Amino acid sequence: MPASAVELHHVSKRYLLGEDHAPGATLRDAITGVFRHRGWRHRGERAEIWSLRDVDLTVAAGESLGIIGRNGAGKSTLLKVLTRITEPTSGVSRTRGRVGALLEVGTGFHPELTGRENVFLNGAILGMSRQQIKREYDAIVDFSGIERFLDTPVKRYSSGMYLRLAFAVAAHLQADIMVVDEILAVGDADFQRKCLGKMAEVERSGRTVLFASHNLEAIVRLCPESIWLDRGRLLARGPSEQIVDAYLASGVSRTPTSRYDDPAEPVALRSVSVLDASGRSSAVLRRAEPFTIEVCFEVARPVPGLDLSVVLSTLRDVRVLDEAWSDSTATGRGGPGRYRARLLVPPALAVGEYTVGVWLGTAFEAVLWQEGALQFRLEGDTHGRAERLVQLSLGWEVQRVPTTDSVGQRGCDWTPPDQVGA
Amino acid sequence: MVTSKPGTITLHDDWIDNPSPRRRFMDLGELHAYRELIAFLALRDLTVRYKQAAFGVAWAVVQPLVGALILTIVFRLVVRVDSGGIPYLLFAFLSYAVWTYFANGLSAATDSLVGNAGLVTKVYFPRLAAPLAAVLPGLLDMMVALVATAGLMAALRVGPTVALVSLPLWIVAVCLVALGLGLIFATLNVRYRDAHHGYGLLVQVLFFASPVAYPSSLIEPGWRLLYYLNPMAGVMDGFRWSVLGAPAPPPAALISLLTGVVVLLVGLRYFASAERRFADVI
Ligand SMILES: Nc1ncnc2c1ncn2[C@@H]1O[C@H](COP(=O)(O)OP(=O)(O)OP(=O)(O)O)[C@@H](O)[C@H]1O
Ligand SMILES: [Mg+2]
Repeated sequence: MPASAVELHHVSKRYLLGEDHAPGATLRDAITGVFRHRGWRHRGERAEIWSLRDVDLTVAAGESLGIIGRNGAGKSTLLKVLTRITEPTSGVSRTRGRVGALLEVGTGFHPELTGRENVFLNGAILGMSRQQIKREYDAIVDFSGIERFLDTPVKRYSSGMYLRLAFAVAAHLQADIMVVDEILAVGDADFQRKCLGKMAEVERSGRTVLFASHNLEAIVRLCPESIWLDRGRLLARGPSEQIVDAYLASGVSRTPTSRYDDPAEPVALRSVSVLDASGRSSAVLRRAEPFTIEVCFEVARPVPGLDLSVVLSTLRDVRVLDEAWSDSTATGRGGPGRYRARLLVPPALAVGEYTVGVWLGTAFEAVLWQEGALQFRLEGDTHGRAERLVQLSLGWEVQRVPTTDSVGQRGCDWTPPDQVGA
Repeated sequence: MVTSKPGTITLHDDWIDNPSPRRRFMDLGELHAYRELIAFLALRDLTVRYKQAAFGVAWAVVQPLVGALILTIVFRLVVRVDSGGIPYLLFAFLSYAVWTYFANGLSAATDSLVGNAGLVTKVYFPRLAAPLAAVLPGLLDMMVALVATAGLMAALRVGPTVALVSLPLWIVAVCLVALGLGLIFATLNVRYRDAHHGYGLLVQVLFFASPVAYPSSLIEPGWRLLYYLNPMAGVMDGFRWSVLGAPAPPPAALISLLTGVVVLLVGLRYFASAERRFADVI
C-alpha cells in the first residue's frame, strides 16, 4: 500500500445563497438589516447549497484520479477545498507535498505587463520560487513558441498567444500534487492537444494528479481510476472505464423518454425516446457509437400519405438532421393503428447537446409538430475541436512526395493510391 | 516549506490540513514562505503604475509639491497658521508626502482583495499577502519625496537634527497604520463594495483631524487626549520631529502609539476571522 498524498475525511461544503452574499451587497443593506433585526432572522431563511456532502477520499502518491459529474456536481469545489482556496464547512482535507493548482490558465496575468514579466508573476502565483522560474525560463519560452513577443504587454496578445504563454508557465510547474480543473475547455485545437500531451507526460512522471473534466475520453486515457460526484456526494470510485460507463448510463434519470396521452384526432404522438447502442433509453450517449431515436404514435383514422419526420437541432437551433419516413418508404403510409418508428443515427454528430423535434403530417398539411420533445447529450472526445457539427473521422490519404518532383501550378503531383510503389 | 522531487513523498513532507489550525492574528512563518509572492505583487503594482506614466517617478515629487503649494496658500497666506519657525512650504511638503502615502496605501489595501479576486478564487496564498503587498509600492514614492525634502531643506537652510535617526521608525509606523486600517476596509470591501466610500470619508475626516496642514501645538491642551486617539496624529508629529527638527511629540502622543497598535491588532484579527470566507463571497 503506497503512502497517500491526499486524504479527505467527511468533507462537506455548504454555500449560502441570498441577499447578504450577493456580489455588490451594500453596507446599507447590512446596517438596515441589523436595525430591523433582520440580520438574524434572515439566517434561517437563506437558501443553502451543499456543494460537497460527506466526501471521503484517499489518493495514493503517484496516482492519477479523474473526477466526473454533471454541472454543479461539486467537482470544482472539491478541488478548491483540496488546494485550500476555500475551507470545508465540516470535515478535514489533508495533502502531503507541494500542491500545484491549475484551476484556470493565466491566473493573475496582468494585461499591462510584458510576457516576460507575466511569466515571473504567474510563476510566483502558482507557487514557483524565483530560482525555479529562472531555471525553467528558457524551457517555458520555448514551449510557448512566442519568444518574439516576450517584451510586448500581454494586452496586445491574441487570445491564442495569451493561452500559449499561460499554459507554458503552468506546464512547467513542479509540484507533487497537480490539481487540474477543466482547463482544456478553452483554447484552440492545437492548444488543447498540447495540454493533453503535457497532462499525459505529468501523469507518467509519477506525480499525483487530480483531473476534473467533462472530456470523458481524456479522463479514461489519462486516469486509471475515477470518482463520480453527484450533487455533492461521492457516488462511486473505480476504474475510469467503469465509472464513465455508469455515469453515462445514469443519463437515464434525465427523462430519455417523453410520453404523451393526447387523444388521436386523427393522429397523436405516444412517446419519443433516445436509445443507446445496446437499446437502453438514455439521455447521455457516447458520441462514437450509433444511437436510435424511437417514436411511437397512433393513427385513429386513415391519413393517406401520412409522413413522420424527426429533426435534431443543436441548442443554438441549428438543424443538423431532418429525416422523413417518406425518404425511405414511398407508399402505403397512414393506415390506422399504433406505430413504433426507429431511426438509426450513425456516429456522425459532434459532441454536444441536441434536441429532438417530431413532425407528423402529409404533403399538404402539418398535423402535429412537437418541438423539443427531448433533449440528449453526446459525450466523447472532440479531439480539441469542439466547434463543429459533424465528426466523421474520415480516412486520410497522405503520402510523402519526392522533393525532386516539380511542384508545379497544381501544387504537387499525386500518384493514385493503387499505383504507389508500383 | 520542504520541497522534494515530484512524485516521491519523503518523510519530510508534513500533512497540511484544511481547515488549518486557527491562527488568531497571522501566520508569520507562512508569510515568510510566501515573501517572493508578496514582492512580486508589490512589484507588479509598481511596474503597472509607472509603465504608462510619462513623468514616472517625478509624480512622487510633483504631487506633494502641488499639495504643499495649495496648503501654503490656504493655511499660510489666508489663515496664517504658525508653523513654528520651519518654512511653511517645507513643513507642508513633508506632511503632504507622508499623508499621500497613507491615503494611497490605505486605498490600495482596501481594494487589494477585490482587485485580486481572480487570484483569491483560483489559487491559495496567505490572504494577508494581498494587503501587505498593497502598502509597499507607495513607499518608493515616499522615499523619493523624502529625498526631495532633503533638497528643499538644503535650499531653505534647515539643518537635520539627531532625531533623524528615528526616521525608519516613523516610516514603519505609517506603514502599519495604513495596513491596520486597510485590513479592516479590505475585509469589509469583500462583502460590501461601498466600503470604498467609507474609506474616502475616513481619509477626508482624518486629513483635518491630523496635523497635516497645521502643527499639533495648535490643539488646546484640554483636547490633546482626544486628538491623539487618531494614530496618524502621533505619526505626523514624529515625521516632522525627525526630519525637520520640529518639537518632539508630546507625551500625549503615546496614545497614538496605543491606538495604532490596537487598530493593527483589530485589523489582523478581523481579517483572520473572515479570510476563510473570502473565496466564497468575493
Ligand atoms: N462561491 C459560491 N457561492 C455560492 N454557491 C457556489 C459557489 N461556488 C459554487 N457554488 C455552488 O456549488 C455547486 C457546485 O459547484 P461546482 O463549481 O463545484 O460544480 P462543478 O461540478 O465544478 O460544475 P461544472 O461542471 O459546471 O464546472 C453549484 O451549485 C454552485 O452553484
Ligand atoms: Mg467546475
